[in-house]
Amino acid sequence: MARTLLAIYPHSARRYDEMLKADGEVRPHWRRFFAHLDAVSPEDMHQRLDFADRRILENGITYNVYADPSGADRPWVLDPVPLIIPPDEWAEVEAAVAQRAALLNAILADLYGPQTLLAKGLLPPALVYGQHGYLWPCQGVKPPGDIWLHHYAVDLARSPNGRWWVIADRTQAPSGAGYALENRLVVSRVFPEMFRDLHVQHLADFFRDQQEGLTKLAPLDPGEQPHIVLLTPGPYNETYFEHAYLARYLGFPLVEGQDLTVRGDTVFLKTLRGLKRVHVILRRQDDDYCDPLELRGDSALGIPGLLNVARARRVVIANALGSGLLASGALMGFLPAICRELLGEKLAMPSVATWWCGEKPALEFVKENFDDLVIKPAYPTQRMEPIFGHELEGAEREEMLRRIEARPHAYVAQEMVNLAQAPTWSRAHERRLIARPVGLRAYAAINGEGEYSVMPGGLTRVAQGAGARIISMQRGGASKDTWVLTNGPVSEFTLLKTSFGVRDLVRAGSNLTSRVVENLFWLGRYSERFDDSARLLRVALARLVDVGGEKTQAVASVLELAQRLGVLPKPEEDTEVGEGSEHVLLEAIYDPEQPGSLAGNIRSLMWSATHVRERLSLDHWQSLNRLQREQQTAQKKHPTLTEAIAFLDRVLLVSSSLNGFAMDNMTRDDGWRFLIIGRRLERLSFLARGIADFLCMESARGQGCLEWLLELADSIITYRSRYSRQAELLPVIDLLVFDDSNPHGVTFQTNVLSRYLERMASELGADYDLRLSQAVERLRAFDLVKLEHLQFSQCRSCLPCEELAGLLYDLDAAVAHLSDGLGMRFFTHVGDVSRQTMAL
Amino acid sequence: MEPVRYHVLHETTYEYGSPVSLSQQQLHLSPRFLPWQSVHEQRIDIEPVPTWRRDGQDAFGNPVSWISFHAPHESLRIRSAMNISVRPHMPASADLEDSIAWDKLRERLAYDAAQPPLAEDLEAVRFLFESPHVRVKHELAQYAADCFAPGTPVLVGARALMAKIFDEFEFDPEATTVSTPILEVLENKRGVCQDFAHLMIGCLRALGLAARYVSGYLLTRPPPGKPRLIGADASHAWVSVYAPGTADDWVDFDPTNNLLPDTEHITLALGRDFSDISPLRGIILGGGSAEPEVAVTVVPLDEEEIPEALLAATEADKAAD
Repeated sequence: MARTLLAIYPHSARRYDEMLKADGEVRPHWRRFFAHLDAVSPEDMHQRLDFADRRILENGITYNVYADPSGADRPWVLDPVPLIIPPDEWAEVEAAVAQRAALLNAILADLYGPQTLLAKGLLPPALVYGQHGYLWPCQGVKPPGDIWLHHYAVDLARSPNGRWWVIADRTQAPSGAGYALENRLVVSRVFPEMFRDLHVQHLADFFRDQQEGLTKLAPLDPGEQPHIVLLTPGPYNETYFEHAYLARYLGFPLVEGQDLTVRGDTVFLKTLRGLKRVHVILRRQDDDYCDPLELRGDSALGIPGLLNVARARRVVIANALGSGLLASGALMGFLPAICRELLGEKLAMPSVATWWCGEKPALEFVKENFDDLVIKPAYPTQRMEPIFGHELEGAEREEMLRRIEARPHAYVAQEMVNLAQAPTWSRAHERRLIARPVGLRAYAAINGEGEYSVMPGGLTRVAQGAGARIISMQRGGASKDTWVLTNGPVSEFTLLKTSFGVRDLVRAGSNLTSRVVENLFWLGRYSERFDDSARLLRVALARLVDVGGEKTQAVASVLELAQRLGVLPKPEEDTEVGEGSEHVLLEAIYDPEQPGSLAGNIRSLMWSATHVRERLSLDHWQSLNRLQREQQTAQKKHPTLTEAIAFLDRVLLVSSSLNGFAMDNMTRDDGWRFLIIGRRLERLSFLARGIADFLCMESARGQGCLEWLLELADSIITYRSRYSRQAELLPVIDLLVFDDSNPHGVTFQTNVLSRYLERMASELGADYDLRLSQAVERLRAFDLVKLEHLQFSQCRSCLPCEELAGLLYDLDAAVAHLSDGLGMRFFTHVGDVSRQTMAL
Repeated sequence: MEPVRYHVLHETTYEYGSPVSLSQQQLHLSPRFLPWQSVHEQRIDIEPVPTWRRDGQDAFGNPVSWISFHAPHESLRIRSAMNISVRPHMPASADLEDSIAWDKLRERLAYDAAQPPLAEDLEAVRFLFESPHVRVKHELAQYAADCFAPGTPVLVGARALMAKIFDEFEFDPEATTVSTPILEVLENKRGVCQDFAHLMIGCLRALGLAARYVSGYLLTRPPPGKPRLIGADASHAWVSVYAPGTADDWVDFDPTNNLLPDTEHITLALGRDFSDISPLRGIILGGGSAEPEVAVTVVPLDEEEIPEALLAATEADKAAD
């Protein structure tokens, strides 16, 4: 038996320890879990950690870091040891958080209504009128049900005596609930026995309450079903992962501002099947960006006219526009009196001691006690990192004091808090528990009864260093699952596999936004394009390696085709085809900056996938993720030709698994059809142009060329099984162009395409594109007899080859026309950006 | 003294060049009620006819209209016409001298937990803080400092500040745009009425005083012997300063012309700054050019030869429709 983890777990007199009492004994509610953890072997623990890491990587749980120059998503950092909170203690936290949510809602109702708090002097006007977050156009706007604050997050910390304090209120668009949920899914599987035996409260009830609360408030016209959407600023937001995740979990469509449109006093979602009224917008976008007509006009993110819908009380915006105001730390000192005034109750949980410098006595106090305080901005819209008074010296200190005196109302000072510490599994050691400062972000949401439900749990955030005073995900902190224990039975309700409800009976796809459909269409095109270029590059590389780098006719012709198709750059005037081809080929695989390169195609593919992330299955997403990781790893090395071929093999494997997911795992709705149409269009274009170019190229007359063409179209096995002889033009063309049973042939693509296009024409009332069917008819009319006695290796721009190539080029032109037409018909209004106009 | 009657015509025309498929507009084109101003007649004609319209009042008590167009259109014309009369209300010089000392007023407007604010002061502090176009910076307080010695009556200080801006700044329509920050205006000493109004408001707020932005029209006089030109006038902007104890609690100052507005200034709307009450603000989808043609005509109704010219213009427009 290894020695106990307690032997080297650090104890702190200055901090409250979540697990240990002051005398070093394990607290009762931690005992079982600790004993379990202590008994797990290092190997077992290693496996569990691996499992957690893999889940996080493969589920693509990320937190985008703005400061990261590579702009890449950073995987979410999760510590597997949960924070455990006993039932009686939680009951107090729960009541206090619910009270605070109700209080903040009442304050919003007052400030956007009669403003009695200002008239009675309970709140300084500077903290209302002086804040950019106070949105004047929202004054007098009453939201449905008189609820301004639909969801709320609060950052809590524990002082050394074990008491919980409020550090910050999040009232704008609180983030983190989705991460808390994802943490739960991972950690409950890392410690499944403990999770069951300890009676940990589940989170699903909370999210159901939130759904019900919003549903109940939806302002419905007779006969309408509530339509709730989740509004995200887009994939570049730091918590976009969460938006997509929650949208999928709650069953709300994920939309961006341009998906919504206001007509009169109603807001609609633009879908493939027309405009669909929206009743509730759960927004993760800051309120001042929500309506460029009346709020910030410099933003393309918003929904022009949204405020007029709110004025007409025909939409619930959760939280109401203007609610960000209350995230100001300067309010905290005024809350006890306001709570007595508005709720007639004592404020249950104290805020950390806060002085708003806009009050003269407070300013004097701050100046005198500067060393013991943290200086923060008074208004959440100010961009400023917290400053620790004792860390400033000399000129810096003078400058800070001068700034505070010049604009005292813009600053608050807070008492420094020694955060509690909690056991954390060390990744740097074989088997060790270390102590890290933690804070808890708790969540509340309005429920169907019009009261606030509190999530039993929350996001426990872990600071990076042992002595840290600030916890920030932006700064690279980690997080924990939060286990709230119950004495009663654990609710078994889950949203992950819902029982049947009306919602489930609605056939999927009726809500598809035009933007999502456009992205699925491009996802289809890019996934095929990257498959095609990988195949072409592999054909070229394989030839090159086979002949030991020698420039054979076959090599020269593949390279020429790759240039014609834009997979390789056009050669310089004075270089011959094939010169320096190794280097060029490797760049075409690995360099994302080179136009038409495979790496570039992967990037485009990831781009369109990111935009429809909530529509992709987990497997689908994992498969894409793996692909990107592989490309990024390979890009950093200097691969040899053989390694490059191996990479292309794997790329094609992932590609075919992607295709398999699309065929097997996606619902057959309009979105899926557009994905397939995109794919088929791309393949058809590649084949038509490739074969036509091939027929026109002099270099293609050489030995072994027809073979590589078959390989390029993935048809070599079929060919061999049918003809068991050397490739000849007539059977090759028949197989690649006219045989409707070859899934890599031209006719197969046109058949599939016309099937989907006809269905779309009948369902969506779109015009059927005649140009494509005419081009197909003309191609079908081509008489193969013309190729019968042709010696391909000797023919030079003969008539039959030219005629066939011409027909294929026409087909390619028709494909381009069709693609533009689909865009015009279904997507273009999405890409247009609104502009502000102004007249004096 | 008798009120002066005016006919005002404010026309805005957009020729977009290519179709605008969706357009939403917010109009601050109807004059607000004021103790010294009566609106006798007012109408707004819009072409094409909006698909949707809502009329209301904004948070500052100004009339506002929202309109939207859901069908493609290549031009938009909004013509606001009104008959309005303005009574003399300019305070006498002695009233300025008698106004409350600025530093005393500043104390009165500052928050005191022990003393709930007076209703009129609470109304005024809406205009005490930063707003989108008016940053409150100590450079502004410094610029205004020599006009506000300790104990100076607030309106005397405001008049001195107005004169200082008028003397030191040059009117130059090329120097600024709607979004030029006031610190840049302060640096370059050039701008238009909007910039001077924002600058003066910023100075007053930096001193802890409340000041409003006023949008409206100004009667201009044609050169002697020349007829009044239709559409040659422009929207105007000036400043209103909080001075409790005066007849209306607020007194107007026009830093562009260095005068206290009286019967030749017609008020449309009041706000924290331009962004609250821009006459016509919109969002369009599609369209080519988005540069408006704006024509304003202010005609005193006792002038004889002018209404004819104005009528002719109006008739010609009607015939063109």
